[in-house]
Amino acid sequence: MTITNYDERIIKSNHPIPGAPNNWRRFFGFNTDAKVIGIQYIVTALVFLLLGGLLGMLIRGELITPPSDLFDPTVYNGLYTMHGTVMLFLFLFPILSGLTNLLVPPMIGAPDMAFPKLNALAFWLVPVFSIVLLTSFFVPGGPASSGWWSYPPVSIQNPLGHFLNGQMLWIVAIGLSGVSSIIGAINFVTTIIQMRAPGMGFFKMPIFIWTVLAAQILQLLGLPALTGGAIMLFFDLNFGTSFFNPETGGDPVLFQHFFWFYSHPAVYVMVLPVFGIFSELFPAYSRKPLFGYKFVAVASFGITILSLVVWVHHMFYTGTPMWMRNLFMFTTMLIAVPTGVKVFAWIATLWGGNLRLNTPMLFCLGGLFNFIFGGITGVMLATVPIDIHVGNTYFVVAHFHYIIFNTIAFGIFAGIYHWFPKFTGRMFYEGLGKVHFALTFIGATLNWLPLHWAGLLGMPRRVASYDPEFAIWNVIASIGAFLLGVASIPFILNMVSSWSRGKKAPPNPWNAIGLEWLLPSPPPHENFEDDIPTVLNEPYNYGLNKPFVLDEEFYISKALNDS
Amino acid sequence: MNLKDSINSKVSLILGITFAVFIDLILSKLMANWSYSWLPVQASKAAPYVDNLFAFETGIGTFIFLGCSGVIGWVLLFNRAPKYDESFGEPIEGNIKLEIVWTLVPLFLVIAIAIYSTNVNTTLQNLGEKIKYDSQKELPISLEQKQDSTNTIIDVIARQWNWEFKYPEGFSSSELHIPINKKVYFRLISKDVIHGFYIPAFRLKQDIIPGSIISYSLTPTRKGTYRLRDSMFSGAYFSQNQTNVIVESDDSYQAWIKKTVKKVPVNGLNRAGLLYEKRLEKGDKGWATIPPSPPPLVNDPGDPDSSHEG
Repeated sequence: MTITNYDERIIKSNHPIPGAPNNWRRFFGFNTDAKVIGIQYIVTALVFLLLGGLLGMLIRGELITPPSDLFDPTVYNGLYTMHGTVMLFLFLFPILSGLTNLLVPPMIGAPDMAFPKLNALAFWLVPVFSIVLLTSFFVPGGPASSGWWSYPPVSIQNPLGHFLNGQMLWIVAIGLSGVSSIIGAINFVTTIIQMRAPGMGFFKMPIFIWTVLAAQILQLLGLPALTGGAIMLFFDLNFGTSFFNPETGGDPVLFQHFFWFYSHPAVYVMVLPVFGIFSELFPAYSRKPLFGYKFVAVASFGITILSLVVWVHHMFYTGTPMWMRNLFMFTTMLIAVPTGVKVFAWIATLWGGNLRLNTPMLFCLGGLFNFIFGGITGVMLATVPIDIHVGNTYFVVAHFHYIIFNTIAFGIFAGIYHWFPKFTGRMFYEGLGKVHFALTFIGATLNWLPLHWAGLLGMPRRVASYDPEFAIWNVIASIGAFLLGVASIPFILNMVSSWSRGKKAPPNPWNAIGLEWLLPSPPPHENFEDDIPTVLNEPYNYGLNKPFVLDEEFYISKALNDS
Repeated sequence: MNLKDSINSKVSLILGITFAVFIDLILSKLMANWSYSWLPVQASKAAPYVDNLFAFETGIGTFIFLGCSGVIGWVLLFNRAPKYDESFGEPIEGNIKLEIVWTLVPLFLVIAIAIYSTNVNTTLQNLGEKIKYDSQKELPISLEQKQDSTNTIIDVIARQWNWEFKYPEGFSSSELHIPINKKVYFRLISKDVIHGFYIPAFRLKQDIIPGSIISYSLTPTRKGTYRLRDSMFSGAYFSQNQTNVIVESDDSYQAWIKKTVKKVPVNGLNRAGLLYEKRLEKGDKGWATIPPSPPPLVNDPGDPDSSHEG
């Protein structure tokens, strides 16, 4: 094969070849191979999913009865703060970085990420800030307990007055997490822009690549605001400055602007790659082209741009003037338009398809179903008068769990199952996967559907105790939460046993289209090595008889021979 | 397929879609009607506006949700591949007209919802001015005191973790008494951290920002006892920072003022303080918290055990 049209300097760029052996030990060191880093991220994140889930079950254990009887309220506050922080910064962001690391280079035909050493650095910051965060359980006074928002003045009260306190460690951990994310974002954006296979123009990229690009650009634009806010909060907490402290002339609301300027887009950083996963999986398992590829691709950037101008919807009742509330209500609602484009496109993709309901497809369908619901309650929350009633109640908690777990985590599970054979070289057990899906879907629905009603009736979020009229919704929710805990058992069993002794996976077990499926399972260290394919068409030509790359047969047989 | 067959299949498709849309519309309307019962009693002028808006969005939301999940359900029932069948579905790449429709229809829909809600916002206008003040100094005297003397202006003072309501007649209370069908004005003041002034039965919520005095107003429309809950997380005993709001007729409200103004001030409602004492007795276990602020002296400590609606 001769490669044309390809910048030799990029493929031959001086990226280090890892000397690590091709065995389990490579996962425990400073490895620069994106595929190793991807698995490091994913496994680390899944361990933290268990921890975050355990904290969640402790929360639901406290809330199964109205009075605060299981823990002291101070302990409850620390637990819910750490639950949110662990889930966002130790589970969701790292696991998505992991999937992105695994998928981006093979999907665009690159040998590795653009900056492999930075890539490894970004990963190794995760255990560092995780240890910093978890250490806070053991410092005097306990961990941060002002919620993952850490709004001042509550967050800067520092009851014991020690320099080393839970809130301080929390800020340091979040700061380091931001550094890790920025390093990752620079790497992903550069890789996608610079290292695509010949012929892969922007409108021939897989949607997953589009959404990663949109999400990582959002990281670069948004994170500096949060980091700046966190540094000022650190100074207020530990050095008595008065950026946000009203007693010395600071403005506590200012922090909320810094915080939400990033933390609302952060939701889209997480959900966009999941939209990408949906867009890859629905065509593959419906055996149909993605409906309206170009619309779906461009809609990702519609979401990116709009998500930067909606943050004040978290502050409708903080004394924000009416004109600003109306403006941000409108921008927030506009996000429904590009999001709707995607949802309708997925549904149209399913229509008239030939559906294969295996585990990844079930998680996708469940995630889509939940996302439609969560999107509708999202529009309700964007509506100022409704938000003034249900804001800061369990309605919000229910809504964002519908997005963050019932959609994002479902999409992540779908992605893990779908690409598991590709990167481990083994097939997973379909039966255990289906059990995992059923338990997760039922558990998640029981957990978060009833809480909408608790919120509508006026149960504030973050309470350690509540009035008895909310009990029924909370009992059902707690049962759902414990069921979710049970759901992790078949998942762990499946992953561990499949990886160690599952059936060997062929290069393309799902008959899917995409560069990664032209590689052996697992792919060699430099993916296509010297034979980078030339992309001819969009990646969703199911049933259209259009080859995706030049000389497709060559790659298919090469992958079979190398497997 | 001849012409007649293709017309027939088109007609039956249109009939099928019309029937499905009709059913969806009916169910959405039923859901919208039902949605009123998910909310607490309507006890303020704002409540019906909020509930109508909520019902409207519930209706639209149900229509979209059932429409989308109906299609998903249909393909799940009728488009499943037999085992080992990996043949392709219909290779449709898209339909520009359809894609433009489903971009524009939601656009118009959200513009309609936004205009509707903007109108409701303009009607309600609960939020008044927000002035900065130095929380270390004495509270400035209410500006409105000089204006319309018929207005009742109550100072709402939030602390970690109790509420105090100061009345213009010069007394204070741990529970909020307000007369029915009269616009009541508030100055929302926090002595420490951000709190939320949230009365679900009124459908109203306003954060109280330390360092600012926020003017606020509302009109209760139903007699009864309702719950006021702190809605912005305020630290250890956040969930205890609740009290009752009593809406009564103007006569009994005036009688309550006359009675209370003569009462000797006592310690106000202070659930957090009691719990904190218990914690200290048990050896101060748990994670760190600042001690609760001492209860304010109030003329009416209220009856924390009385039942509430909503």
